[in-house]
Amino acid sequence: MASMRDIQRRKNSITSTSQITKAMKLVSTVKLQKTKERAEHSRPYFQYMYNTVTSMLARSGNIDHPYLKQGASDKKAVIVITSNRGLAGGYNSNVTKLVAGSGLNKEDVLLYTIGRKGRDALEKQGYQVCKDYSDVINAPLFSDAKMIGERLLEDFMQDRVGEIYLAYTSFKNTVVHEPKFIKLLPVEFSEQELTKEEARTPMNYEPSEEEALNVIIPKYLTSLLYGALVEAVASENGARMQAMDSATSNAEEMIENLSLQYNRARQGSITQELTEIIAGAEAIS
Amino acid sequence: MAADKQFDLEIICPDRVFFRGKASMIELNTTEGFVGIYKRHIPMTMILEPGLVYIKDGDGQRVAALHEGFIEILPEKISIMAEAAEWPEEIDLNRAEEARIRAERRMQTQDPNINVARAEMALHRALVRIEASHKRGQQ
Repeated sequence: MASMRDIQRRKNSITSTSQITKAMKLVSTVKLQKTKERAEHSRPYFQYMYNTVTSMLARSGNIDHPYLKQGASDKKAVIVITSNRGLAGGYNSNVTKLVAGSGLNKEDVLLYTIGRKGRDALEKQGYQVCKDYSDVINAPLFSDAKMIGERLLEDFMQDRVGEIYLAYTSFKNTVVHEPKFIKLLPVEFSEQELTKEEARTPMNYEPSEEEALNVIIPKYLTSLLYGALVEAVASENGARMQAMDSATSNAEEMIENLSLQYNRARQGSITQELTEIIAGAEAIS
Repeated sequence: MAADKQFDLEIICPDRVFFRGKASMIELNTTEGFVGIYKRHIPMTMILEPGLVYIKDGDGQRVAALHEGFIEILPEKISIMAEAAEWPEEIDLNRAEEARIRAERRMQTQDPNINVARAEMALHRALVRIEASHKRGQQ
């Protein structure tokens, strides 16, 4: 049996760890509230943009537009949104696993990383990082999403990349976050999504269809990126909150066990002392 | 105002739903010029230019500043997706004036590193904000 002092030392160290995890949980709970609100406010725009673009493309049938065709290059751009900080459970590794298991050839992938953890993990696996925007994840702004979107579109138009994918964690609710891997460009759409009524009314474009697409597709890309960024931040805080919550309860359990052991050891040593005194007294008399 | 002349209007920004309600007519600035739209317009998608939007409902009228985006018109419903939208009360006039002066200076310098098109956009936005903030209290 470990000595009383060893047990006490271990108990103290776990107590201070649990204080840290408890504090971290509180911090991420507060951050979660804020980021969750932002994610919820931006959702209508995100959703609406998606619906508009898909219905627009479905209605207009086969338009010949560079944004709708596979680029000439074999390279595939993958935007990976993770966090700059760890201790968030499986949050970061889920996203990197998704990228690694996406079936894309490692040599063809050019990474545009947002978040240090994902960048480091994937770089170690041998992926090539093309551009890193890790500072953005601390406080994502719409203008950040715009800047990244513009850069990607430029690369796409100049045939540096042929396809653009996005890997991020979508925020369902406080406890459910789902890592997602979606294709951004060329835009894909399914015609079944269109309701009958929508299909009947033809859409007119001013100035022209092509010019409208020229403006709307970049906006679509930006809005998807922005939506992904705010959802990823909310998910990160949610994941950290859960991870810290379970860490705190694990620590409490350990403290409980150690207290029990400590008390037993204490009792044992008192009993031993007593028997020694009694034995000594009997020997004298 | 008779209800049969009203349509649903939504103005959505990335950070919030800016306006959701009924209107009988809206006027706004597009790449094709300044247009007014009533109910039962043919379906159409247009690209916005920075400018003011007038939302009319009967005798009431509201003004807001819109920057970049597009408008989707359906017979019963009009949706505007704007990257930024502001009511006149929300605009900081001093900041807008500053932005205007900065953009003007930028356009005058001969520095090849300066993107003239971008400066022009910034100037345009600043002017729209200034114009919108002068409409304060007129509604």
